[in-house]
Amino acid sequence: MPIVLHRVDDRLVHGQVVIGWGRPLDIGFIALVDDAVVASDWERELYRMGVPTEIELIFAGVADAARLAGQWRADPRNGIVLTADIPTMSAFCAAAAPVERVNLGGIHHKPGRTQRLPYIYLTDEEYHLLEELAGRGTAVTAQDLPTTTPVPLADLR
Amino acid sequence: MNDVRGIVVAHGSLASALVQEAEQISGQAGVLTAVSNRGCGREEIEERIREAAGDGPAVIFVDMPCGSCFFAAMRVARDRDAQRVVTGVNLSMLLDFVNNRSLPPADAATRAAGKGTEAIRKS
Repeated sequence: MPIVLHRVDDRLVHGQVVIGWGRPLDIGFIALVDDAVVASDWERELYRMGVPTEIELIFAGVADAARLAGQWRADPRNGIVLTADIPTMSAFCAAAAPVERVNLGGIHHKPGRTQRLPYIYLTDEEYHLLEELAGRGTAVTAQDLPTTTPVPLADLR
Repeated sequence: MNDVRGIVVAHGSLASALVQEAEQISGQAGVLTAVSNRGCGREEIEERIREAAGDGPAVIFVDMPCGSCFFAAMRVARDRDAQRVVTGVNLSMLLDFVNNRSLPPADAATRAAGKGTEAIRKS
């Protein structure tokens, strides 16, 4: 399957994604799924500046991403689907099922969230959303980099 | 015009190390402020930079021309003519900057970028 990583990371495009995961996975494209980014020319141009020319950066809103998922999966290049938050990834997974695995890469502190790992903070609602996702057959793990050990969802409770 | 503030934004402890050494060498303390992205999401990095830069003239030095530090700095400076972003921060550009803070922010940024670039040489 050419989508080799489905990642939730509130920093979206940054070094861990482009270099940390991108290089060992030999990424050819990143599909950034975010309605707010899609709506802003300025934000899209900004994120383009953060990606090397050999990686295509694709922007899609949640609704379009579900429609484009088949095309991404058929792409001969390896790709990453990237969202900034859990509701967006959950919506994508529901609309573009099946998604075998979701990676929690960076969800940082906000009011209402509690620390589960140094790089993962969740509200109870977000945790339950992940449980629902897991209940639909998607393996959910936290792992900031490919060189670290994945942490199963149950350990984030 | 007030002297331009220097904000150094970088991954981990890099910014604080650069600021500390720039102060140590130049003898000028309180001119540069270090901001780390460690443990921050998008909004928190931006908030840290806004707090450090205030509303006045500033040059925001960033370690790389991509990534979370760069994106946050660009968003902060987006609507502020008196705040500019310079990427690829190094000690040479900071040492020159601390002695040229009376320039307008755009000129201070251009000068710093030039000095930083001049410092990159190969044998």
